[in-house]
Amino acid sequence: MEIEKPAPGEPLPILDGHSSPGRLERVLRAGQFAVTTEIAPPDAADAQAVFQRASVFDGWVDAINATDGSGANCHMSSVGVCALLTRKGYATVMQVSCRDRNRIAIQGDVLGAAAMGVTSILCLTGDGVQAGDQPNAKPVFDFDCMSLLRTVTSMRDQGEFLSGRALSNPPRVFVGAAANPFAPPLDYRPLRLKKKIDAGAQFVQTQYCFDIQRLKQYMTQVHDMGLTERCYILVGVGPLASARTAAWIRDNVPGVHIPDEIIRRLLAAHNPREEGIRICVEMIQAIREIEGVHGVHIMAYRQEERVSDIVRDSSVLEGRIPWHPGISQHSIH
Amino acid sequence: MYALRQWSVRNARVLEWLYEHFEGAMLVLHPLWLWMGYDRIEGPICATERRVKAALFDCRMCGHCVLSQTGMSCPMNCPKELRNGPCGGVRENGFCEVMPQMRCVWVDAWEGSRRMRDDSGIQCVQPPLAQDHRGRSSWLREVREKRDHRFFGTAD
Repeated sequence: MEIEKPAPGEPLPILDGHSSPGRLERVLRAGQFAVTTEIAPPDAADAQAVFQRASVFDGWVDAINATDGSGANCHMSSVGVCALLTRKGYATVMQVSCRDRNRIAIQGDVLGAAAMGVTSILCLTGDGVQAGDQPNAKPVFDFDCMSLLRTVTSMRDQGEFLSGRALSNPPRVFVGAAANPFAPPLDYRPLRLKKKIDAGAQFVQTQYCFDIQRLKQYMTQVHDMGLTERCYILVGVGPLASARTAAWIRDNVPGVHIPDEIIRRLLAAHNPREEGIRICVEMIQAIREIEGVHGVHIMAYRQEERVSDIVRDSSVLEGRIPWHPGISQHSIH
Repeated sequence: MYALRQWSVRNARVLEWLYEHFEGAMLVLHPLWLWMGYDRIEGPICATERRVKAALFDCRMCGHCVLSQTGMSCPMNCPKELRNGPCGGVRENGFCEVMPQMRCVWVDAWEGSRRMRDDSGIQCVQPPLAQDHRGRSSWLREVREKRDHRFFGTAD
């Protein structure tokens, strides 16, 4: 099936029933198992750095998330990264966090980004400023992820700003949200997903999954509520570099749940880095079997060059080669 | 006060009942408020509201009270002022990512909402806060809006 043939920088046509011209939406709506990943935004005013960092994913992912000051650390903005990537034709997921900008700035960015070819937007609350390198910054949180979702959706569907002022050309974007099935209150998390879908989320990317049992419980609830019919769910995964890293993440990154068993496995391994990759691959394969899961989101912080190995070893693409710059027409299927 | 705030969440059902009757009374008194002038009574009512709700809920006078939809746990005590549920950073023990010594206000809100007669409010998507309402009386705004019917359906 030919689902992707962009001239870099030129938008694809919007297919019937689609919200955006983006390839991520096309892959998901075509019922394929989607793979997305995250690019590390550079600490440099350097376009080549962005292109280099993106090229390691060529042929292995359907879309690249550009983080928006993740962990409240300052890096190149998600709008900037996305603007550069769309020049080459990459499918991007622009993350928008509520921490740093108010409603005026965010709505402006959504328009600007869509005009530059961004076709998917991920609406996030954002980490608290205390987590990052500039803890004395002013936290904004004028929106929360829910009101942000609703605003972006109504810009697209009603063609107006939050104020009701009309847009002459609405942003054609596929709107997503984050979900954390692993953080308390666990019994509220499925309802929270429902609320996000009610607010406009068409896809979600979850926090790192290291606990397949907990994910299964969540997915059963979510599936029973009929939410997997209303929203595409991409489960977050990532390789852990060592037992020490895992323990550090567990203690210092709120919202990431790592069971002892995973840490024990890394401790016992001869080559913990390779073991981390193996765990990640196994996790993807297990996730793939869960009903209602539509893809995975690989966050390989500081191991981005290993994403290709992870995707290949997990065989989730089943021979499919996602579009990338320079791909020949014939290899598209 | 933190202890009293926790008490309010534990007694969300009682407070829900009290609030319903209080709102009813405020609505009945609408002609009186109108006669006295809403602008004129804003000062004293606002001061009373501030004292009562600061004691019971650590209220921040956001001007758009949603306590009846948040299990009597004031969402403005969330360091991110989230009005639509917990972020993904809640710690394993149910405490806040930003202030580790405080229970997540949304973990409390979820528990409080389970105790209330109408437990569906927590699923309502709240619009972004009208920042110009901050510091003003939520009680009076609500009575006015409900009586005016101008904003009927969006008023909580």
